[in-house]
Amino acid sequence: MSSTVTPVTKEGPVTKDGPRRNGSGTGVRAGRPHTAWILPGVLFFAFFAVVPMVLAFCLSFTQWNGLGDPVPVGLANWRKLIDDPRLTQSLTVTVLLTVVSWAFQTVVSLLLGVWAAGRQRNRAILSAIFFVPFLLSSTAIALLFYALLDPNFGLIQGDTLGTTSGAFLAIVFVGGWQFIPFHTLLYQGGARQIPDVLYQAAAIDGAGRYRQFFSITLPQLRNTATMSSVLMIVGSLTYFETVLILTQGGPGTDTAILPYLMYEAGFRSYDFGYASAVATFLVVAATALSLLLVRLTGFGAMRSTREGM
Amino acid sequence: MSHATSHATRPHRPAPAPTKPPRAAAPVHRRRRTERPNLLAGLGSAIWLAVVIIPVYAMITTSLAHQDEALGHNALKPPSHPTLENYRTVLNSGFGHFLANTAIVAAAVVAIVLVLCVPLAYVAVRSRTFWSNTAFRMFLLGVAIPAQAVVVPLYLMIAKLNLYDSLLAIILPTAAFAMPVSVLVLTGTLRDISEELYEAMALDGASPTRMLFQLVIPLAKGGISTVVIYSALQAWNGFLFPLIFTQSDGPRVLTLGLFNYVSQFGVNIPALLASVVLSGVPIFVVYLLARRALVDGLMGVGGK
Repeated sequence: MSSTVTPVTKEGPVTKDGPRRNGSGTGVRAGRPHTAWILPGVLFFAFFAVVPMVLAFCLSFTQWNGLGDPVPVGLANWRKLIDDPRLTQSLTVTVLLTVVSWAFQTVVSLLLGVWAAGRQRNRAILSAIFFVPFLLSSTAIALLFYALLDPNFGLIQGDTLGTTSGAFLAIVFVGGWQFIPFHTLLYQGGARQIPDVLYQAAAIDGAGRYRQFFSITLPQLRNTATMSSVLMIVGSLTYFETVLILTQGGPGTDTAILPYLMYEAGFRSYDFGYASAVATFLVVAATALSLLLVRLTGFGAMRSTREGM
Repeated sequence: MSHATSHATRPHRPAPAPTKPPRAAAPVHRRRRTERPNLLAGLGSAIWLAVVIIPVYAMITTSLAHQDEALGHNALKPPSHPTLENYRTVLNSGFGHFLANTAIVAAAVVAIVLVLCVPLAYVAVRSRTFWSNTAFRMFLLGVAIPAQAVVVPLYLMIAKLNLYDSLLAIILPTAAFAMPVSVLVLTGTLRDISEELYEAMALDGASPTRMLFQLVIPLAKGGISTVVIYSALQAWNGFLFPLIFTQSDGPRVLTLGLFNYVSQFGVNIPALLASVVLSGVPIFVVYLLARRALVDGLMGVGGK
């Protein structure tokens, strides 16, 4: 499809875009495919991700049990959502889970990643072992800990998942156990790209190991940390299966994170209108959060960490 | 033409070369500088080793135990009469079928993502028009859209498209949600292809299509393998879409198969753990055979 479109309208964007291009200092136009090449990808993504988001917004003003047609009910679902004590609780536990997981995973994977970036043989072997949990799917890992934490059988005595703090910490731990290997790898890759001259210069200035870590390694890992944090924060929403398998949102509704609340409302209570309101809320929260991150860190501009070198 | 391609492959090579020798020398250099070994780091990594190994060990030993022996038994002690019976139970419960479904889903998702994202990233990097910039921003924001948020309306759309309870119902949305990160990774890689290579090919009169196949794709191999691994993993890990868009045994993928074993096996914890071990085997084989490619590919998600 793309190849048939290209030659026809080739002139359009070239002339339209010419001045800006020159302004940015690159006067060359070699190998510039027509914008229409993005259409298949954009349409596909729009159909399966953007349209459903808009639909969720519309459905949030209706009542619908999955059969027949949705009935408009105005703001009823939103009113119910605001008055729902479960929402406050769910929001609190979602934010808490995200923040605690982010802190836990970032600290461990940053340290492990920088450590693993060294090329010593023992580090290479241990890194290979550290990676193993990532080979299991999240479902498999949730099942593994479901079995290991089973009070009648497990590794740990007592009913860990029966207490609020136990269930919460179990979810944080299981999420970390799965994703730390991946983020360690990101930090390892990032740390290996830090030019050695920086460390040599610091050593000449008499900076010790810890000073070097805080003054060189950490600032140089800025872009890695942003990418890793965005993935962690969005990823903490995928603890859905961990929650579903490990705690079913329990004890009570103490670990019912927003996605779980939505799942229960939609696919257990068949209240799709209300579920859509929760879903819309989730999108807004996630987008705001990642916009904030992108803004704060300048990720959109893809700034280089090599500036001034 | 041959001139251009020989150019095309070269700049990639020297790029890692100058960075490697100093790094190989670095540990020696550093060791001389800091005589004392890093005790804190050693301790930390030993603790994490225990955290990783103990659950894996308990999983394997328990999966080899008889069901009645496992109950009330200390999971850290090896079973007195190891048995493979649990594995037989799992293999007789549709495991192979679920695994095959997952493989089909993963292959299809990878193919769709590559076909759609490579041209997207090419345009985003080379033709910075208003629309391509807008599209790029959309994907940048798309990274943050949680799949959970769209599952209700997608359920409605899938039902209307008559795709409910089919593999396509899993494949299409999974591919769409693997796209944002893939586009980001690919644009990061394509930015590194130097202007002169495009100019050289343009002098030969190459069209953008030819440049895509003879310059961009060969030079973006690193990013492309990252995208392959990333999107295959999304399919491998996917749970929510299969849970909601399928119900029968026919299109059941491995994650959902494992989930159903919970109710099927009930208190037979050793069989459940055997299914978890088995689910890890295929990807463990991949890891053993192609550790470097897998690890380097995943590192690529972090960009540079």
